[in-house]
Amino acid sequence: MRISSRVSLALSAAALALTIGAAQAQEKIRIGTEGAYPPFNNLTADGQLEGFDIDIANALCEEMQVECEFVTQDWDGIIPALQANRFDAIIASMSITDERMKQVDFTNKYYNTPPAIVALKDTDIAGVTAEDLAGKSIGVQGSTTHANYSEATYTDSDVRLYPTADEYKLDLINGRIDAANDDITVLEEWLATDEGACCKIVGTITPVDEIHGLGAGIAIRKGEDELREKFNAAIDAIRANGKYKEINDKYFSFDAYGG
Amino acid sequence: MSDTAGRIIGAIERPPPPPRRWTGQRIAGHALMALWVVMGVGLVAFLVGAWDAELFARYAPNYMSGLVVTVQLVLISIFLGALLSAPIAYARMSSNRLLAWPAYAYVYFFRGTPLLAQTFLIYYGLGSFRPQLEAVGLWTFFREAWYCAVLAFTLNTAAYQAEILRGAVRSIPRGQWEGAASLGLHTFQTLRKIILPQALIVALRPYGNEIILMIKGSAIVAIITVYDLMGETRRAYSRTFDFQTYIWAAVIYLAIVETLRNIIDWIERRITRHLKR
Repeated sequence: MRISSRVSLALSAAALALTIGAAQAQEKIRIGTEGAYPPFNNLTADGQLEGFDIDIANALCEEMQVECEFVTQDWDGIIPALQANRFDAIIASMSITDERMKQVDFTNKYYNTPPAIVALKDTDIAGVTAEDLAGKSIGVQGSTTHANYSEATYTDSDVRLYPTADEYKLDLINGRIDAANDDITVLEEWLATDEGACCKIVGTITPVDEIHGLGAGIAIRKGEDELREKFNAAIDAIRANGKYKEINDKYFSFDAYGG
Repeated sequence: MSDTAGRIIGAIERPPPPPRRWTGQRIAGHALMALWVVMGVGLVAFLVGAWDAELFARYAPNYMSGLVVTVQLVLISIFLGALLSAPIAYARMSSNRLLAWPAYAYVYFFRGTPLLAQTFLIYYGLGSFRPQLEAVGLWTFFREAWYCAVLAFTLNTAAYQAEILRGAVRSIPRGQWEGAASLGLHTFQTLRKIILPQALIVALRPYGNEIILMIKGSAIVAIITVYDLMGETRRAYSRTFDFQTYIWAAVIYLAIVETLRNIIDWIERRITRHLKR
């Protein structure tokens, strides 16, 4: 897509955002997140954000010695909201993909875990290939790398797109869909709950770089190199000083940073 | 007074037209019109400039299938809702409380809560009662997102249509009922031959509004995995991050509504021919 084919409104908003964003970055950084993607970012019963993304964001802000403020935003509109300067960075398990890099800049990855397929415990699905899932219905969250992968790969299956992970989980329990595709950590977290007792992991999918990207990074508006470098330095710092491992071990039994 | 005489008298006696001054209102009107024209030209220029054959080739079929889903969903729901609305409106106007009260409660609930919530409850909410639904043999119906969408939209529009119908019937003067009664027509005949033909003239515009609102309201249906025009738009946007995907959707919705407006105008001209003087 060419830059000229974007609405001028979005361009001017982004331009405005650049100037304002740069001025505000010093004292306070506003972090956009989704709040519906446990264990990475979700809301507790009393409306507080929690999860791996949130803890990492707080650790990074502490490292950069800035104040952080969280803003929750629906996944579909999270990149336009960043461009419209509703917040300065997205820390929401966003995979670094070519499509997104045309719109925003990314820091280095802060984690990289493989996707997986989950299904009911008594399923007859034996594997994760297109043949294994032919004729089955697969639930996946729309506008995600997993949706892109499912639609591209499982062409003989009925791929259904849900607004958030919560809805495909409901439909998997209800038996409206046969399987679901998402990040393994998200699925494992859910399987450990009472609701997730219905289901099991069928297998993990080998990530495809062109679709799944290079892991999850922090998205910032284009051209804000200073902020990006600060985040990159902070990621390296918490990897080195043990803070990352501390947070990682709170959520996962393996190193989520990946190879 | 004959037509020709009227015209001659008018020609002789008509006062000179008042001078058209450039009042503030008139200037503001022209300025606003100019603004709209500029915006319209800008939009067309943008769409021409942003024309991307690859994008079109890739997503036009999706938009078409989305459009078909939207139109089917609205047509089926409006039709079923119309069938359902007649008994509801009848019950609502009944003097029997056992009829009137449930009808009132129905309309109260479906007009008082968002369509989004109703759709969500019917699909995901009822979905969690699968064992009970299977026991009564309804699961095959509620399993399909499409049927749930049609059901939710039908129930919602039936409530609105019932109120439109009731208001229109109530607007017909009592004398019409009394006249029919004096001719010995019973209630059903009176309704069918005297009241409804007049009431439908009153109801036509509100019906048109209801259909337009349904077309736009149907944009929420993607939450239950039925990918209508809006759902396909969001999908295209999530792949391209190109705002023109939304502009195309707006243009298509506008075209549907404009077509509908013309159809309703045409129907109105036809059914009010006897009122023209």
